[in-house]
Amino acid sequence: MTDLRTKYLGLDLKNPLVPSASPLSRSLDTARQLEDAGAAAIVMYSLFEEELRQEEESATRFLIHQEIGFGEADSFLPFHEHAYARGLEQYLEQVAALKRSLEIPVIASLNGVTLSGWVEHGKELQQAGADALELNVYYIAADLHEPGSVIEARYLELLRELRRHVSVPITMKLSPQFSALSNFVMRLEEAGADGVALFNRFYQPDIDLQHMRVTPRLHLSTSADALVAMRWIAILHGRVQLSLAATGGVHSAEDALKMVLAGADVTHLCSALLQHGPQRLAEILKDMEVWLENSGYDSLESVKGMVSQLQTADPVAFERANYMAVLDSFSAGTGVRV
Amino acid sequence: MTRPAMVTIDGNEAAARVAFLANEVIAIYPITPASPMGELADQWASMGHKNLWGAVPRIVEMQSEGGAAGAIHGSLQSGALTTTFTASQGLLLMIPNMYKIAGELSPAVFHVAARSLAAQALSIFGDHSDVMAARGTGFAFLASNSVQEVTDLALIAQAATLEARLPMVHFFDGFRTSHEIAKIEPLDESVVRAMIDDTRVDEHRRRALSPEHPVLRGSSQNPDVYFQARETVNPYYQAMPGIVQAAMDRFAGLTGRQYRLFDYVGAPDAERVLVLMGSGAEAAHETVEHMTAQGEKVGVLKVRLYRPFAPDALVEALPESVRRIAVLDRCKEPGSDGEPLYKDVISALAQDYAGAGKFELLPRVVGGRFGLSSKEFTPGMVKAVFDELDSEFPKHPFTIGIHDDVTHTSLKWEPGYRTGAAEKMRSAVFYGLGSDGTVSANKNSIKIIGENTDLYAQGYFVYDSKKAGAVTVSHLRFGPELIRSSYLIGDDDAQFVACHQEIFLERYDLLDKAAPGGVFLLNSTAAPEQVWDTLPKRMQQQLIDKRLSFYTIDAYDVAERAGMGRRINTIMQACYFAISEVLPSEQAIDAIKAAARKTYAKAGPRMIEANIKAIDTALEHLHRVDVPAAASSTFDRAPPVPDEAPEFVRQVTGVMIAGRGDSIPVSLMPADGTFPLGTAAWEKRNLALEIPVWEADLCTQCGKCVFVCPHSVIRSKVFDAKAAEGAPPSFKHVPVRSKDYDPGLHISYQTAPEDCTGCGLCVDVCPIRDKQNPSRKAVNMAPQVPLRAPERDNWEFFLQLPEYDHRKLKQTTIPGAMLREPMFEFSSACVGCGETPYLRLASQLFGDRMMVANATGCSSIYGGNLPTTPWAKNAEGRGPAWSNSLFEDNAEFGLGMRVAVDQLAESAREQLRALRASVGADLADAILTADQSDEAGIHEQRGRVAELLAKLESADTSEARTLAAVAEYLIRRSVWIVGGDGWGYDIGFGGLDHVLASGQNVNILLLDTEVYSNTGGQTSKATPRGAVAKFSAGGKPGRKKDLARIAMDYEHVYVAQVAFGAKDTQTLRAFLEAEAYDGPSLIIAYSPCIAHGVDLSHNLRQQDLAVRSGHWPLLRYDPRRAAEGKNPLHLDSAKPSIPFRDYAQTETRFSVLWRTHPEAAERLQQLSQRDVMARYHHYEELAALPGTEPAAPAVATTRKGGDAKP
Repeated sequence: MTDLRTKYLGLDLKNPLVPSASPLSRSLDTARQLEDAGAAAIVMYSLFEEELRQEEESATRFLIHQEIGFGEADSFLPFHEHAYARGLEQYLEQVAALKRSLEIPVIASLNGVTLSGWVEHGKELQQAGADALELNVYYIAADLHEPGSVIEARYLELLRELRRHVSVPITMKLSPQFSALSNFVMRLEEAGADGVALFNRFYQPDIDLQHMRVTPRLHLSTSADALVAMRWIAILHGRVQLSLAATGGVHSAEDALKMVLAGADVTHLCSALLQHGPQRLAEILKDMEVWLENSGYDSLESVKGMVSQLQTADPVAFERANYMAVLDSFSAGTGVRV
Repeated sequence: MTRPAMVTIDGNEAAARVAFLANEVIAIYPITPASPMGELADQWASMGHKNLWGAVPRIVEMQSEGGAAGAIHGSLQSGALTTTFTASQGLLLMIPNMYKIAGELSPAVFHVAARSLAAQALSIFGDHSDVMAARGTGFAFLASNSVQEVTDLALIAQAATLEARLPMVHFFDGFRTSHEIAKIEPLDESVVRAMIDDTRVDEHRRRALSPEHPVLRGSSQNPDVYFQARETVNPYYQAMPGIVQAAMDRFAGLTGRQYRLFDYVGAPDAERVLVLMGSGAEAAHETVEHMTAQGEKVGVLKVRLYRPFAPDALVEALPESVRRIAVLDRCKEPGSDGEPLYKDVISALAQDYAGAGKFELLPRVVGGRFGLSSKEFTPGMVKAVFDELDSEFPKHPFTIGIHDDVTHTSLKWEPGYRTGAAEKMRSAVFYGLGSDGTVSANKNSIKIIGENTDLYAQGYFVYDSKKAGAVTVSHLRFGPELIRSSYLIGDDDAQFVACHQEIFLERYDLLDKAAPGGVFLLNSTAAPEQVWDTLPKRMQQQLIDKRLSFYTIDAYDVAERAGMGRRINTIMQACYFAISEVLPSEQAIDAIKAAARKTYAKAGPRMIEANIKAIDTALEHLHRVDVPAAASSTFDRAPPVPDEAPEFVRQVTGVMIAGRGDSIPVSLMPADGTFPLGTAAWEKRNLALEIPVWEADLCTQCGKCVFVCPHSVIRSKVFDAKAAEGAPPSFKHVPVRSKDYDPGLHISYQTAPEDCTGCGLCVDVCPIRDKQNPSRKAVNMAPQVPLRAPERDNWEFFLQLPEYDHRKLKQTTIPGAMLREPMFEFSSACVGCGETPYLRLASQLFGDRMMVANATGCSSIYGGNLPTTPWAKNAEGRGPAWSNSLFEDNAEFGLGMRVAVDQLAESAREQLRALRASVGADLADAILTADQSDEAGIHEQRGRVAELLAKLESADTSEARTLAAVAEYLIRRSVWIVGGDGWGYDIGFGGLDHVLASGQNVNILLLDTEVYSNTGGQTSKATPRGAVAKFSAGGKPGRKKDLARIAMDYEHVYVAQVAFGAKDTQTLRAFLEAEAYDGPSLIIAYSPCIAHGVDLSHNLRQQDLAVRSGHWPLLRYDPRRAAEGKNPLHLDSAKPSIPFRDYAQTETRFSVLWRTHPEAAERLQQLSQRDVMARYHHYEELAALPGTEPAAPAVATTRKGGDAKP
């Protein structure tokens, strides 16, 4: 029997497969199915700062301040004691419910960008039973006047603020858009992060040609998306002490194994589970086991980081030289006029 | 006797609390001012609150008050304790069943917020017209005069009805009592328990219909026995007064508050006495106390039990010394020689005089009317009535409170007369915008003062009949003694006056109410050292003359900095407490903060923090302004309407606009309720902070901005370039781009700067962007103030440009149709209203030949609530002729218009045929065979009719005169029946259905907001499944009625379902097709509403989402296509392309259910998804059916007129 155990954020996990934040954790049923399929831990769907704020604002606007001064109607929607924002309350209830019905660790996820008090909710998440917190600063650096240093400082500030409120491990989910990722991860570690998850996939807006407007569009990832995370995990492995999670584009045992070889402590799964259901996790786990066994390894730990930049025979491949090689590898089809 | 803690609640809540505890079934239907009682009951039920017997009362909303009364009747017959809440026409609709309920001796209490009846006009305000109209039903009638009495007498009524078996109307004055907030002693549940005798409840159950011991009730009786049977109930009526008094006595034992059938207050040796009921009795009580303290021998008799009338108790209650009595009725019975209460009192006294004879001399009794439609009834008026009683021959009948210069019924009164009560009270008046939270902050202040001091408190709020930019005036009183002042705070009475919006400086005489030595607080963006200069001269002089202290704050700045956006209410509230010192300042601030914490507890910590910060910083920004010794302002408030306005508009409309309508004498009011059109254009409200500015260079002249404008403030016009010579310098116009117009023609898109409400829909819809600067569209919002003067000139110039000949317009296109002049403009509808663009469109296309039957509701209020109307005329003086009959009968009303018009047209044709030779055969034949199917045809017919009229005039024979009187009917008319979903789906559905079936040529425009919008968002059968609305606080479980499908089933009805924000061309086409169809047409128009819980700046987006999600499929069903052998149904929207959830989650009406009832929300949402797909597939199948043989033509039950139409 191959030993798939791994350590992530100080938690002892039975294997490296951890479903990432997705609607699957909204239902206790699917969460249980994930556990039954072998998930080692589960990251909950995100508690969005904007969602909380929007809830507060719409509750204030449409439930508290309904009056328009018209004689026949001083309100338009009925009042109800629970009619106000309940996003946080429901989230906390779900943390507690997941903790009650699952054996595996539950990692709660906070998603937001400002210091306006929402990270303080981390304390309530911890109290509700979360084993660790993922802090997802989903930030698009669109401001012309905001340099990268300010953006990095914002991440660090949010992390420190959260650290002040909680004692459970914290992992930071990052986007690939940092100019000096290695340095930044090191500073996150110094500021108290227990891990980083690489990388957040920004959902890219699309343009609707018929109506000439921007529309949100959800594209599920493919295995090709995993490569960027793999590169950076390989670069970071062994250079920093915090845990490394690979996220985005892990669809198969091959994808997961590559991540582990690059140095990931865990690999997150999302699109694969959304497409094929929780059972896909069991299949990937099985295939990983088979591969390790067939390849003669008796534990996951023994291959972890084996092809990281520190350990690989070809460290340059993870850096710029790789760029040239990839470009050269592309050539157009024979029938294509170029 | 333990005294419960005092509460501050309004009259509606006071009644609803008792009704909820003491009943099992509550049948409801919305009607102002009673709706809040039903809403509260529904809300409490949805929260699981229980009645005395541990059950949650069953709340059932009906399709009309008539339906509610029927349900009550059935429920009572089946043994449940049953109640309802209603007013006005609602009570009238219940009358048939009330006779039955009383005839069968069924115990029940109907709580009525008494309101005027629609006569020459509708009015939502308070008087006793409705209860008096129901006085013959056999119900008992019990009147409450104040909020405290409402709670007390609601219970006494409940106890008495059970014992006596007679149903009761428990009534109190609409608005004055139903909406007044007062500090009262609530009834402990134990008191309610003690008053309700369960053995009586058991008896009620035993009398119920039951198959276990069946009986027949409700037989038909013949001449032999009906009469005798009718007399069997006499003992019950004889016993009733005693039972009510006994209940009052029992109640006094439990609470210490003693009531009598007739309560007398005043001098024991009074010679002059007033008799009245309702809230006016409190003003009379206060005045009598004041006058008796000055030694006057006066008194007031408050009538509590009006039916059964107890003459002995009345005579008994009057002092023997009475010589003169004035009976005041809060109603009018035209044609009677006295109002009902007057006659009852007269007969009681006469009978007594003829019999036992308490009085040596029969007192002289006169009757007067007061307080109709919440007209003020003040101590000065009470005094005037007493004074009149002192005259040798007191006037009868008289009126008090108005100036009747026609039949001279009115008494003069001294407006400045005050009782001593005023001196003991602190009074404050606040002017706010409806949406700025002033009223809710004041309600909150009353609670704070009520709960933190021993002071009594009263709050009354004067609301607006406008929705956009509504103004509220809050009247607050606090005092050590019970407050009986059931009238507004008068001139020179308010120690504190606050103006929360600086724009009011231009519009109202804010300081008239300020008491000498009082305080004026102004929210102003002007710096403290400059604010003096922003005041009109009269106001400056009042500040000086009345020695007022003047404070100012820039509350918007404070709010912005605190993260509150534009919410200023808590800031102004903090200033009020700081300056007024009703409470020690620190204690008050703590209390406001505590209130904010409570209000926002569930809304989120950030809202609390922002409020706390705002309260803390408010006082730092509050400045006292030194009042100079002399007024220095160079301007005064502009007249409400300009001097060039027509006389009626200046003398009547303008006076109402200025808030001085009370001063208008009877002679200036039209006797039959007829008013001129186009008056909204005279009222310049300057509501918008930003207005649209047209970028002529970018614009493709698509007309969409004109199409979506809810207030008809952005318009387009085509004109000869030469006409623009002499235009104001900033007037924009460019050559018309379309090839449909001759070269040399120019076009302008112009905004009415002072009428715009700033909704921004025009910018939202504009499809054109500057390629260099994509944020710049062909129309953009810009601050109004700098644009006001130049754009006003441009607007005036634009208006005087001649209209382009609409026969030449391509009105089947949006840009072409939008060049037509609207005859519906500047309504008082909500900013961004989803209904009004449809009305404006109809007025553009058909306004000069339209007759409008308008159901009561939002559209009748923004369409016809005085002072102004948005319905307007064109330069030739033609325009929509508009009328509102009732809520329930609008389809029938419109049908009546159609048949009359057709009948008179036919009559005109007959007469014309007879006069063919004398008017000229060519002309007569041309008129009789005219093709009026298009604009040109109608135009030509108008010319012919004018020619005919000229000839008839010169003929001067009786036949000619007869034809002349009906000649205008020879011109085609377009009858429009307009109403909302409350009308069309519920209360008026029976009539609507009948009119659809009739085959008559009417156009029905159903503005579907999916709730009763006007009364505050109650559920109708148009409300979608899963939506939260009033009366379905737990989410509506059933699906929306598919009215389009029902109408299509007739096969001869043109049916369209439209949403202009999703597909404007489809809307335009539907209107043109519907009007052209010679038969009934039904356009069901999706109309986003504030009640959906979404800001109407997203109006267009919401329509689009509704269509794309399949919630609102666009379709047209045209019987003419069937006649051609084609499929009549055409689907104009594609298969649902987004999940229903994506639409639902954008509107609070749906999303709130996920918070309150998450499981139900999820279930209903899934059902809704199934609904939309099932409906789409069904329509798709219907639309795909092959055409059939032409169906038989529609059969009209009444013959149509013979308009030659295609």
